[in-house]
Amino acid sequence: MIATQPPVLSDALFALTFALLLLAPLALAGVALINTGLGRSRSAAQALLGNIAIVAVTAIVFAVLGSALAGCLPGGGAHTFHLAGKPWSWLGAGPFLLGGLGAAPAHAQLATIFEFLAVAFAALIPWGSGADRWRLTAGCAAAALLAALVFPLEAHWIWGGGWLAQLGVNFSLGSGFLDPGGAATIHVLGGLTAMAVIWIAGPRRGKFPKEGFSTAMPGHNAAYVLFGCLVCLVGFMAWNVAGAILWLNAPLPALPVTALNTLLSASTALAATFIVTEVRFGKPDASLCANGWIAGLVASSASAALVSPAAALFIGLVAGIATPLLVELFELAVSVDDPSGAISVHGAAGLWGLLAAGFFAPQRGQFVAQLVGVATLLGVFLPLVYLLFWLLNRVVPFRVAPDGERIGMDLHELGGGAYPEFVIHRDESYR
Amino acid sequence: MKYAGLLVLPAGFFLAIAAIVLFSDPAQRAIFVVCGIAVEALGLAVAVRGHMQARGETHQ
Repeated sequence: MIATQPPVLSDALFALTFALLLLAPLALAGVALINTGLGRSRSAAQALLGNIAIVAVTAIVFAVLGSALAGCLPGGGAHTFHLAGKPWSWLGAGPFLLGGLGAAPAHAQLATIFEFLAVAFAALIPWGSGADRWRLTAGCAAAALLAALVFPLEAHWIWGGGWLAQLGVNFSLGSGFLDPGGAATIHVLGGLTAMAVIWIAGPRRGKFPKEGFSTAMPGHNAAYVLFGCLVCLVGFMAWNVAGAILWLNAPLPALPVTALNTLLSASTALAATFIVTEVRFGKPDASLCANGWIAGLVASSASAALVSPAAALFIGLVAGIATPLLVELFELAVSVDDPSGAISVHGAAGLWGLLAAGFFAPQRGQFVAQLVGVATLLGVFLPLVYLLFWLLNRVVPFRVAPDGERIGMDLHELGGGAYPEFVIHRDESYR
Repeated sequence: MKYAGLLVLPAGFFLAIAAIVLFSDPAQRAIFVVCGIAVEALGLAVAVRGHMQARGETHQ
């Protein structure tokens, strides 16, 4: 095992980062609104309760077990093996139950808060993809698995001085794999997890009829979705600036550019999606525009602290063009029923942001480091999450009973609906 | 077929790791890491294809 020493923060940076971390949960609130709005009205209460429950479950599990394996707090060092004469730190060995948090250095304390929020965010992303058929118990159990095993491994490799972070020192690949805002640890992991959930739970009943095209099942509340996008902007700006301080040791003068890059990336992404959907459908699509906005924010979470404003505009532009096309491709060509579009919005945009960060970064070898990180996300975490969820599905079935899907998740799982004054109509999508 | 695709994904990862361990030349490293990602893309395509076939058999 080797010990890792975190950098020292000045009082001003400590206060600023702490304040930013108190704003960062707005990103979770925004995603919760989006997840709820993109589902059906008869599952709205279950969807929103699920978002809160997942945040709670991940916080408990990460405090008990995950934070130790991620190596959030100093004291335990890390598990390491040697290959080709280089140390490969693969698992943290911090204290369990956050032992010694109060006495830890300021950087370690703030990094721990950041990782608590990150694991909750990563677990929220697939919840929207499993809307209208993923049971609440199964969703919480899956979130617990993510917080206990998968996220800590990834967080240690990238943020905790693990082998991906050390690619620069050990193999002269730039500054090692860089992910200051959580594009990999939060968004790509969330997107890949969403894919595993969709594969295991299957599509909503009636989504892909035996003959003809897939059935359109639009979200029930565009206002929730679009307001969620605005709430996310605040959260992502706080998240990216806090990440730049914690993981890149960015000085104060570099922080306004990071915040501005976040806004620019989201703005060009929205403009691009607006134009693409206007051209494709004759009118801009509100739901897809929301997806484009979030995709721009996601792409910025990898790159905002590393690139110029001009590059941020370009990164957002590509994310905004690709997102509506990918959402359509996944639904129509590949038969993936992803109500929140998480695979495209979080998975694909996150991968693009990570690659763009390497491409535009000035350090030599940075692009290859980012490629190795992307290869790790696809080659290790997708199979790992699928395997764990496949096993979990044997114990806690993911999919709700057919009757639950027919009457809605609210009545089936909670006994009451989000909108009790609504008249329930027959669902024409059932054939 | 889905499981075969998922098994190919780690193979691409190990190819990328082998590239950074075995080669010191940046160009060779980059080419082999890209090859690793290409193998992963192939595995992902096979897994997605397997998912589509499974859906075609059940027709929800």
